[in-house]
Amino acid sequence: MRLRRTGEPSELDLMAMACLAPSLLYVLVMFIYPFLYGIYLSLRPLKLPGFSLANYVAFFTDQYEYMTVSITFRLAVPNTIVVVACSLLLAYNMRRGIWLERTITTILVLPISLSVILLGQGILGFYGGRGWFNQLLVGLDLLEEPLVLTHNFIGVMISLFMQQFPFCFLMLLGYISGIDPSIENSARTLGANPWTVFRRVMLPLIAPGLAIAFALVFVMSFATFPSAMLLGQPSGATRTMAIAAYAQAFEQFDMSYASAIAVLMGLFQLAGLLVILLLRKRMVMAATMGVGKR
Amino acid sequence: MNETIDSLRFRITKRFGTKTVLQDFALEVRGKQFITCLGPSGCGKSTALNIIAGLLPATDGEVWIDGGRIDHLPPEKRGFGMVFQNYALFPHMTVFANIAFGLQLQHRPAAEIRERVREMLDLVQLPGFEDRYPGQLSGGQQQRIAIARALILHPRLLLLDEPLSNLDAKLRIEMRAEIKHLHSNLGLTSIYVTHDQVEALSLSDWVVVMRDGILMQAGTPQDIHDQPRNLFVADFMGFRNFFPAEVATAGPEGEVEAAASGMRIRGKTRHSLAPGAAAVAAIRPDDVVVGAAASGPNVFRGKVDIVEYLGREHEVILTLESGARLWVHTQAHLTPGEFVPVVFPPERVIFLPSEGPGGIA
Repeated sequence: MRLRRTGEPSELDLMAMACLAPSLLYVLVMFIYPFLYGIYLSLRPLKLPGFSLANYVAFFTDQYEYMTVSITFRLAVPNTIVVVACSLLLAYNMRRGIWLERTITTILVLPISLSVILLGQGILGFYGGRGWFNQLLVGLDLLEEPLVLTHNFIGVMISLFMQQFPFCFLMLLGYISGIDPSIENSARTLGANPWTVFRRVMLPLIAPGLAIAFALVFVMSFATFPSAMLLGQPSGATRTMAIAAYAQAFEQFDMSYASAIAVLMGLFQLAGLLVILLLRKRMVMAATMGVGKR
Repeated sequence: MNETIDSLRFRITKRFGTKTVLQDFALEVRGKQFITCLGPSGCGKSTALNIIAGLLPATDGEVWIDGGRIDHLPPEKRGFGMVFQNYALFPHMTVFANIAFGLQLQHRPAAEIRERVREMLDLVQLPGFEDRYPGQLSGGQQQRIAIARALILHPRLLLLDEPLSNLDAKLRIEMRAEIKHLHSNLGLTSIYVTHDQVEALSLSDWVVVMRDGILMQAGTPQDIHDQPRNLFVADFMGFRNFFPAEVATAGPEGEVEAAASGMRIRGKTRHSLAPGAAAVAAIRPDDVVVGAAASGPNVFRGKVDIVEYLGREHEVILTLESGARLWVHTQAHLTPGEFVPVVFPPERVIFLPSEGPGGIA
């Protein structure tokens, strides 16, 4: 147990505070201030005098704008689930090490080193109508017509997956391989088959890491901009909230409206995180309560 | 109440890549015995236990129980209990849920589970601990829960992988007695892995000493203690003084007299050592007598170098006239620099062949 500190701050405390100051200042200037300023801006509509919620009202009454919320969710939620599920499956099966582990991990992680723009161009070339992927499938007579995989919803999903999978996989692999193997071994000797071990023992232990993975991937997917621009239909099927905010800011030059959209985006991301945290709590409880003495 | 076994026998080889961890390690265990695998870290003892439990596949070999081959069975089908060095309790479950885990997988009725968990907690002397979490328990308490969790399933074989090595010295002795007590009261068959020779001697019916994946010696604790078969086992069992010697005469009852750098040492051997053979004379620090008989066999003189106070006795390091170092445990008060006579009682000196698989590298 930690002892409660009393009395004057020590020299060490002062030093810690001094070391912390630059980063605190950075957060204050580069995050807190712009964030508050954004909220302030969003409440001062361009075409109306004084403070009002006019921008927010405008957003939720214009179908072209409020549709972006559901579009963004429809991109972010399935993408998050697919990315985390694939990462979990792979990382769980690699938890005790596999043959050629380093090589495989390196290949899986390689896309991190490429910028989103470069990755997007690559996807356009590879999965496009005349790309290798379609040419191969058509050439092998598996397809009559090339599949339309770019400039639509699927294109954005592919791009998001390529960007986020490596991060998520690496994070979960680190998390899962850090769990003491003898915990799993003891469950086996107590009569649990591999599936039961996963469900009753490992999953609850992985849950905190899984929740972080869900949260990070969700936030990243929700804020997607370049992928939706390059590989989707930025004025139609994949017009995400980020694109809507961008359009207001740099096409309509209405910073105030753009700020309102950005604030809403932040609120929806926050809501998503809350749901993830609640689910995590329930997941751990379900796994432990099932065996409790109630 | 336990499903007991009559015999367990195995012969296993395990290689990790090109490294051989176990080489034809074979053993036959009779029911209700307490067997200890003893050896330094890296000798393959834990690997052997994991293979018997089914947690690791053997590269080659077989494991048989009561005439049935079990090495193809997954660990959950073997019906063995296992206790791990780091307890391996499920940190997200209460003590109750931990102990009940195995019974719940067998879909036993809730009332029976509650009753048996309570019995188990009484058995390991932690009644009323049902609702605690492993993180709230001390190391010793956690290990008791781990033992209860394994025993509640009435395993036909209990495997213990260095269960006491994470505990402090006092608790270790307490838990050692408890394990011994549980083993004999419940009529278990146990295989215990340790690097601590005191644990091995005090707990076991049968001790197996291992080195680099090879069985060095198997026998009763007394056998291993008094009659180590080779230099490695002797060194591991506390023979600290070794004198390379050349056998001069060898009697029919195993009496040996040998020349060791200016000393003539008399002792016993269980090996056939012909005159002229190279051998090593070994004696424990506790068996050397300081300052007694001035004449007779095995009387030497040494200069006291270092005296360390151990509480009940002193550990003294002497230099013999031959130049050899000698470790002695004695209650006599000696001062560094003084010369004292030392006696090796011939019945306490053993001669071992200096070559062979148990040689000291």
